Amino acid sequence: MKSKLQLDAKGLSCPMPIVKTKKAMDTLNTGEVLEVQVTDKGALADIPAWAKARGHIILYQSEAAGVITFLIQKV
Amino acid sequence: MSIQKWNASQVAKKVINNEELFILDVRNADAFEDWKIDGRRFKYLNIPYFELLDGIEEILPKIPTNKEVLVVCAKEGSSLMIAEMLSDAGHDVAYLAGGMKSWSEYLEPIKVGDLTGGGELYQFVRLGKGCLSYMVISKGEAAVIDAVRFTEIFTSFAEQKNVEIKHVFDTHLHADHISGGRHIAESTGATYYLPPKDAEEVVFHYTPLVDGTTVQIGTTKIEVGALYSPGHTIGSTSFVVDSKFLLTGDILFIDSIGRPDLAGLAEDWVGDLRDTLYKRYRELSHELIVLPAHFMIIDELNEDGTVAKPLGVLFGQNHGLNVQDEEEFRRVVTDQLPPQPNAYQEIRKVNMGKIAPAPDEQTEMEIGPNRCAVR
Repeated sequence: MKSKLQLDAKGLSCPMPIVKTKKAMDTLNTGEVLEVQVTDKGALADIPAWAKARGHIILYQSEAAGVITFLIQKV
Repeated sequence: MSIQKWNASQVAKKVINNEELFILDVRNADAFEDWKIDGRRFKYLNIPYFELLDGIEEILPKIPTNKEVLVVCAKEGSSLMIAEMLSDAGHDVAYLAGGMKSWSEYLEPIKVGDLTGGGELYQFVRLGKGCLSYMVISKGEAAVIDAVRFTEIFTSFAEQKNVEIKHVFDTHLHADHISGGRHIAESTGATYYLPPKDAEEVVFHYTPLVDGTTVQIGTTKIEVGALYSPGHTIGSTSFVVDSKFLLTGDILFIDSIGRPDLAGLAEDWVGDLRDTLYKRYRELSHELIVLPAHFMIIDELNEDGTVAKPLGVLFGQNHGLNVQDEEEFRRVVTDQLPPQPNAYQEIRKVNMGKIAPAPDEQTEMEIGPNRCAVR
């Protein structure tokens, strides 16, 4: 699925990746997808937990060369 | 209202002095469930920081105004953000500098007792991880036992006490935390001892620590004598210090006993563990004060913050020393074992000298409780 918006949160440390992810999601409409790239390891647990609490869907998650990528669909 | 930045040593004092504290832990529920700052009179609220991004109104009624409030997260950033929100809402709060990472690393040195001829024995309590290290001091010399990886804490303590570290021991090849023993020995010129049966795969030089190995600390006769006590690992060795103290490593704890499976051989070593606890230790003086390499729960701490109890008392109180039936004992220590410590296989490799991760990676490997015991 193609993302509507891309967010580069690489190099940011907790809590900024989630703060920025949340702000970006707020600008999307239901069903649209955000692509987030982070390097903070804490995001591995925190972004899925945040998405679950908010009801958003993690469509895709990968980790390569220290960069973690999420595709999150707004619900 | 005001925000204070507390370091781990301030929090450690509150744990040891049994003070009250309200901890708002803003990590994930899983992380909190797994491992938190334990205090006998601490109260807790766990709500992840990312559930508070829209505001903290929902938790305000739960934040006390009549006791100190400490906000804690994994590293620091999120706790500061939440502390600022609480401060804006009119609360006086503190946050923990360096988060749970710094809590995991903090060591509190506490004197356990005096030794013959003016010597002293210190226990270094790593509250956040439950690790206990030791330093025996006498007449200008010192021995270090089961040192954790923050080597400068031991070397600077020795400097402060004006003693030279001559001997460094590890009771066994640790699986839950990274040993600082070899590095302390390298930087001070001390001899580093390791039980050879645990050291078959190590790639550095060490002096074999075997049953009956004895060293003298200082000019007065303070003996540190080794007693082969397998079971947690095949090489596990205990020490009798000055005929007063029994350093048990990960074989015997205050309220539990060592698990035999962290090197992968539970079935093979359960018999050794049984022999050590039910035969070898029983032949020792029951007056010896047991000093283990770990504690698991805050109730194992004495009033002064030390972790120590007479062997005779443990024979009466410790469940693991009171399973009369051998088959039942076997079941207790091999069935229903708790989860293994975080990254324990990698930690063993570090302690063998096979891999040398960067300090940040070492911190990640050591996150979480030690889990060396079975109850």
